[in-house]
Amino acid sequence: MPSPAAAAAAAAQGYGKPMALPAVIFIRRDASFAAALRQRFRILDLYATGQSLGAFLAAAAAASDPPRAAVVAAGGPVRVDAAFLDAVPSLRCVVSTAAGVDHIDLHECARRGVVVANSGRVYSTDVADYAVGMLIDVLRRVSAAERFVRRGLWPVQGDYPLGSKVHFFTSLGGKRVGIIGLGNIGSLIAKRLQAFGCVIYYNSTRPKDSVPYKYFPNVIGLASESDVLVVACALNKETRHIVNKDVLEALGKDGVIINVGRGANVDEAEMVRALQEGRIAGAGLDVFENEPAVPAELLSMDNVVLSPHVAVQTSESRSDLRDHTIANLEAFFSGKPLLSPVLPQYSKVNGTDR
Amino acid sequence: MASSVTARASGGKPPQALLLLRRCDAAFHSALQQRFHVLDFFASGEPLPAFLAAAPEPPRAAVVMGGGVVRVDTAFLDAVPSLRCVVGTGAGVDHIDLDECARRGVAVANSGRVFSADAADHAVGALIAVLRRLSAAERFVRRGLWPLQGDYNLGSKLGGKRVGIIGLGNIGSLIAKRLEAFGCVINYNSRRPKESVSYNYFPNVHDLASESDVLVVACALNKETRHIVNKDVLAALGKDGIVVNIGRGANIDEAELVKALKEGTIAGAALDVFENEPKVPAELLSMDNVILSPHIAVFTSESRSDLRDHTIANLEAFFSGKPLLTPVFPNKVSHIAGKSNQ
Repeated sequence: MPSPAAAAAAAAQGYGKPMALPAVIFIRRDASFAAALRQRFRILDLYATGQSLGAFLAAAAAASDPPRAAVVAAGGPVRVDAAFLDAVPSLRCVVSTAAGVDHIDLHECARRGVVVANSGRVYSTDVADYAVGMLIDVLRRVSAAERFVRRGLWPVQGDYPLGSKVHFFTSLGGKRVGIIGLGNIGSLIAKRLQAFGCVIYYNSTRPKDSVPYKYFPNVIGLASESDVLVVACALNKETRHIVNKDVLEALGKDGVIINVGRGANVDEAEMVRALQEGRIAGAGLDVFENEPAVPAELLSMDNVVLSPHVAVQTSESRSDLRDHTIANLEAFFSGKPLLSPVLPQYSKVNGTDR
Repeated sequence: MASSVTARASGGKPPQALLLLRRCDAAFHSALQQRFHVLDFFASGEPLPAFLAAAPEPPRAAVVMGGGVVRVDTAFLDAVPSLRCVVGTGAGVDHIDLDECARRGVAVANSGRVFSADAADHAVGALIAVLRRLSAAERFVRRGLWPLQGDYNLGSKLGGKRVGIIGLGNIGSLIAKRLEAFGCVINYNSRRPKESVSYNYFPNVHDLASESDVLVVACALNKETRHIVNKDVLAALGKDGIVVNIGRGANIDEAELVKALKEGTIAGAALDVFENEPKVPAELLSMDNVILSPHIAVFTSESRSDLRDHTIANLEAFFSGKPLLTPVFPNKVSHIAGKSNQ
């Protein structure tokens, strides 16, 4: 009779399950997600084995029914690169649990004919809602006012201070919002902000015929005509530090930046300097270059809103993600097209349209 | 007290006396002093009765802020019999006895739509902040907990939520329009259904609450709407329900609300107003499922300058014998411009 620990390790490796269920590599710290997948697939759960990635992949490849698919979380330490793909040559499909696929070497996958799927639109609404919430928070100082009340300052100081340290309290109506990346998320942000009377501008790899918003071919131009810059694009070679010192200058001292893309979309050190020096007015940031590290200078600023990469975190989208991942895997295993393919689609290498 | 800026009214007439019963920023002050002979209560430092008795010339108009020390009631109106017009600078006029003013033929104006969009924007922002735990996440990051504790708690999606709006006036309508863009379903209660809207009407707030996930108070405060959100309504809203209040603190039975939050009878709240401002019930200060703000839903630099222009426009209309831009009438008569009474 195996010990409980050995049985658990065996279960994590998928042994003892009927061979009829296809093997799937699962790399995400999420035991309940793994459990949901186990009803349909033979799950090889890296974090449950406690093995190193190398040992884990070698064991998977050596099994009699090696995995043809892998579910790999974004934003973690694991990259699906050439070494990963070499280690498990049976792999034909990689599914990201995020909209982002910057942890997957798409070039290597394309070269080997490995198909790639992302989370499609599962998170788009929640991210768009969160971006709008952050924007209102920065402009209308929702969280800063919260701090004022919770510290007991209202009875002491009277009405919330509207001058001095507070940079502004400003209306949404009429604000020009420049969206970098008009994909699923960017479009949903645009639709919401229009209801508040904002004017929508955007930058994208190419203009979109069907949208009524004004297109700017480069981000500096977009920033100079915008009061708010929203980063809603994927992270890839072209978009790394797409918001740089020049863009921040163009945005200007009354400008606000909202980032629900990836930390590396923005030159974080430059942005912190710009905030410290008052060269931009405020920021709403859900992502950072070195999560979970947040630049210490930001922690004492009242004109920034900070959150720990939670723009996708609702209980509804968590269950939607599971359903969507299962659907992509089932499509792959039954020879059907993926629901939300990033590859093959060579015209949209980064998956989420910019 | 003499103003440092010589007032010059239009038409070469001497400037009319104006009772100023509100603290103003410098720009507002200056704008008023350029046009009127301002009798500034807060600058005088006198108690109100002495100040009114000592007014050098009988003022025909007064500018009054809500929530302050001055109530425009029988005693006040008796003390200033020359008054023919009261201009409130807030969205609410619950500090003005509308019946008494009507009885004496004193015209009353409010801030009309000046604040409506900003109030609606704040209500929506606060709702997102509650549902998505935005301020709680902020606190988590600022306390340095992210590297230590990893991910934060899940929030709840906006789309598909049924939002019940109490009071579909200017502000309520703008809230509805915004939340529709997020995929919310809009329900409402109002004294009578509005023919031009496609939202679901509920004749009473209890039924509205039972069919809603979120309850938004966007109505004026008057006899009918005091504690319109009470224990019964909170129970009907239910354990996943959220209350948003940008009306007046007294629209909600605050003690029952705090109890409901403590006991999990409802899920959360976003409150910009309280029954005894600036006092906020201590129990709320440690709750992560509430968003608290110090009555700032209308505060933006844009609305401050709009308010200035609008107040002056109402005063100039009055002094030149024209109708007020945004008159307010007692509840018995149907309400015209400005915020709906419910």
